[in-house]
Amino acid sequence: MSSVVDPVGRDGSAGPAGRDDAADPADRGPAGSTAAGSTAAGSTAVGPTAAGVAAAGEPAAPLLSARGLEVHFPIRRGLILDRTIGHVRAVDGVDLDLPRGGTYGLVGESGCGKSTLGRALLRLVEPTAGTVTMDGVDVLALKGEALRMQRRRMQMVFQDPLSSLDPRQSVESILSEPLQTHRVVSGSAARATRVRELLDTVGLPASAAGRYPHEFSGGQRQRIGIARAVALEPALIIADEPVSALDVSIQAQIVNLLEELQERLGLTYLVIAHDLAVVRHISDVIGVMYLGVVVEQTASRRLYTEPLHPYTRALMSAVPIPDPDLEDSRQRILLSGDLPSPANPPSGCRFRTRCPWVQETRCADEVPPLREVRPDHVVACHWAEQIDAGEIRPRADAIV
Amino acid sequence: MTTATQVDAAGGVFSGDESGGGRWSEAFRRLRRNPVAILGAVLVLLFVLVAIFAPWLAPHDPQEQLLLGEVRPGFVPGPREGFPLGVDSLGRDELSRLLYGSRQSLLVGIVSTLLGLSLGLLLGGLAGAFGGRVDNVLMRVTDLMLSIPGLLTAITITVILGPSLTSVMIAIAIVNVPIFARLLRGSMLAQRDADYVLAARSIGLRRRTIVLSHIVPNSLGPVIVQATLTLATSIIDAAALSFLGLGNQDGTPEWGQMLAEAQDLLGTRAALAFYPCIAIVIAALGFTLLGEALREALDPKFRR
Amino acid sequence: MSLLEVEDLSVVFSRRGRRDVRAVDGVSFSVDAGQTLGVVGESGSGKSVTSLAIMGLLPRRGAAVGGEVTFGGRKLLGMRRDELRDLRGKELAMIFQDPLSALNPVVPIGRQVTEVLTRHRGMTGTDARREAARLLDLVGIPDPDRRLREYPHQLSGGMRQRALIAMAVACQPKLLIADEPTTALDVTIQAQILELLKELVRQEGTALVLITHDLGVVAGLCDRVNVMYSGRIVEAADRRTLFVDPRHPYTTGLLGSIPRLDSAEGAPLLPIPGSPTDTLPWSSACAFAPRCARSLEVCTTVTPDLEPDGRRALRCHNPVPAEEAAAVGAEGRRE
Repeated sequence: MSSVVDPVGRDGSAGPAGRDDAADPADRGPAGSTAAGSTAAGSTAVGPTAAGVAAAGEPAAPLLSARGLEVHFPIRRGLILDRTIGHVRAVDGVDLDLPRGGTYGLVGESGCGKSTLGRALLRLVEPTAGTVTMDGVDVLALKGEALRMQRRRMQMVFQDPLSSLDPRQSVESILSEPLQTHRVVSGSAARATRVRELLDTVGLPASAAGRYPHEFSGGQRQRIGIARAVALEPALIIADEPVSALDVSIQAQIVNLLEELQERLGLTYLVIAHDLAVVRHISDVIGVMYLGVVVEQTASRRLYTEPLHPYTRALMSAVPIPDPDLEDSRQRILLSGDLPSPANPPSGCRFRTRCPWVQETRCADEVPPLREVRPDHVVACHWAEQIDAGEIRPRADAIV
Repeated sequence: MTTATQVDAAGGVFSGDESGGGRWSEAFRRLRRNPVAILGAVLVLLFVLVAIFAPWLAPHDPQEQLLLGEVRPGFVPGPREGFPLGVDSLGRDELSRLLYGSRQSLLVGIVSTLLGLSLGLLLGGLAGAFGGRVDNVLMRVTDLMLSIPGLLTAITITVILGPSLTSVMIAIAIVNVPIFARLLRGSMLAQRDADYVLAARSIGLRRRTIVLSHIVPNSLGPVIVQATLTLATSIIDAAALSFLGLGNQDGTPEWGQMLAEAQDLLGTRAALAFYPCIAIVIAALGFTLLGEALREALDPKFRR
Repeated sequence: MSLLEVEDLSVVFSRRGRRDVRAVDGVSFSVDAGQTLGVVGESGSGKSVTSLAIMGLLPRRGAAVGGEVTFGGRKLLGMRRDELRDLRGKELAMIFQDPLSALNPVVPIGRQVTEVLTRHRGMTGTDARREAARLLDLVGIPDPDRRLREYPHQLSGGMRQRALIAMAVACQPKLLIADEPTTALDVTIQAQILELLKELVRQEGTALVLITHDLGVVAGLCDRVNVMYSGRIVEAADRRTLFVDPRHPYTTGLLGSIPRLDSAEGAPLLPIPGSPTDTLPWSSACAFAPRCARSLEVCTTVTPDLEPDGRRALRCHNPVPAEEAAAVGAEGRRE
């Protein structure tokens, strides 16, 4: 798509720098800027397009691109006059490219801003700065009816399937609602047929239509939520923790259903989750978020085999693996302390307060830009290479 | 544990209980199983039937001073042949007056509750739907109203409007408006952040549709419970206002008024005060029990 | 004799107007000092009810507890209430999934910890405060003196769970029951808490019963594992046997359906069909049969028994053969 914002143009600007991301070195045309470009800009820059990373040799313009996206929530105090005394920087300058037809996995712990980011992309939360472009449409500029129409193209799957379904609505009514409001299918008979079709698509029997959410099990409810999301034949689905509320034995059903639908309907996914194993399984590209910013981004297989950011390393090492021998021999990197407040993030590198590799120089006073340390592998750490080479050792008490 | 009914394509099974119907029909099923609800419903039904059939049930005309000849200063009414509960100090049949009195109470209860409810829903709905400044202004007004004791407000309004049944109904309705408004608004605010509202936004529903067909219906539960309870308090408040002489002035039997009239005879014929009291308590109790049972039936915490 | 012996434990919930629910049915196991037992199951498996029954925390009305629970030679079921209260918190302690609701929101952390010390160890005043600070320090809460003055809402989730563990270990209990202790926490915090529990077992010789749905957590921490389904144990084995050579179709199903961080690229997930609520009654069938790929006719008509078989006990008419088990087991799924 030629209409996609060219991030290179923004490199020199004051805002967060972006970089074109024809990720594969082979695909890197003259327009593809280099890592140096964004380093020079010196702010949180972005990584390679997921698309390039995802399917080598298939350079495609991303379906959705975000540049310098910020969501700051004001903190208000005062009984009569609401004074704004600060901001929670839930999302603080994120650039993102969702590969068309692929899956971008966004991981991070609670409070890192991943859910807010997902909602901001859908305009369910209003971003305070930045741009979001989807197929050439400036999503953030849309208003009223135009925004409503755009919603057809981007849908959401929620974490808690019960609370995301109106308890008073029958399944029939839940699934008809989007069809009706966008006048996709006219006439109640045609709508009923389409509802049956949707139910079939997600593996539920037609008889489910007359029932109410509380009559279903967790997995079935999530299927209803997915049916609603695909009802309008969107291009993009943002799934926020789609399986974490489900029983272990059900999670795989839903993951498989999502994958199957992607194949059949050509969907692009942004999957937001805290479970690294699930994200690794489903994603082509993974972005790791910490305290409002993306700290590392690369192909999902890479992230597991060669994590470069200290936070990613700690995260990976903390995920339990159902394999006793492996668990006994594994080294675990323990982080000290808790997530700092997003209202008042640490200076320099946001992770430095908990980082076992923290250095006396640079970490506290220089914001590490996202830079391409390896091809298609961007990391926001000053010392990524030295840590990877073993030249910088972690604090001994952090390893168990 | 469950009644497996039907296996779906995914190998799953519908796992609800008896199934069928939405939240309200489920709540109704729970109501039917609750003995408190049954008792409340029986009392309410009794009250309503008496009110409707009072002309057929009452042995005498409630307004007629049947024993006019005997009424003179110092007359002590008592039970006598043909008057099961005796006569009042003006020589009118106590039982007939009690039966007819139910009509007044029911009328005041229903009219003032409905009036208060509709105004309250309107204001609360506006506050809940628009939020921001509209919400702020409306809620400060309700705060002000709630800070004055309800009965005091009601008395003031009745005095301003002039004592009559209509004034009583309006006064009680106004007292209840802020209660309903606050309740609906609070309930709507709680729903506004629910995931299904976010889902409704994400499929591109219009704001109006989201508010009217999702947020409001899901917020009504507590309001309906409150309305049932308000029927009870309205009956009591109406009795209180009549007791103070602010009700009907045309001699139509009214429980509060009967109580006031019986006051002078408390030493000699306490029963005359006792009967209207019992009537008020039974009518109010019926609605209260029903309301509490309804609250339980609708509250997810009591579900299982 | 083991520290904790549970013999044929059953819990039946009865409610007016509803059918009785057998939440736990004929569960037996034992735990020794310094040992960790994992209890794995999904919702409705009865794993949490088992722990509440052991602790005597089920409501007396509506829950009928049967069987025998022996702790240090004393029978817990049917023990007088005040005796049981003395035991709880002192020799028997429990930590829960949600640390916020387990702490009193209007009492500072310090008072909640010293309360335990006063009640069970007779400490008062500065002694109790000093010991409380030592305990918070022990569980890795920095700046304990300040934290003692704070209220639960001022602490992060991980800190709260640590504070609860500090209270649980205040009296050096012989047995600690942890019900999903890390489910509400992030993985990096989870790692800290699990490490803390491991340390406790190693150094203090505490017996630990860890209840969880997460097989990964079990693999790293437990000596033995009970897998529960619909109120009964379906497979019980030592950790290695269970993960490397699982034989119950439910166990293999669980292992096959969870993505592993280290599994081979593109390895498919093999879900268990249906949901944990699709069960048959154990009294006349195998509860797992409706979801089981290996289900036979006999599975829907005859109750399988929990048969001991060398290193494991298995409740299945048609167990997974060794070759298949190996493929799904821990070693088979390594990249």
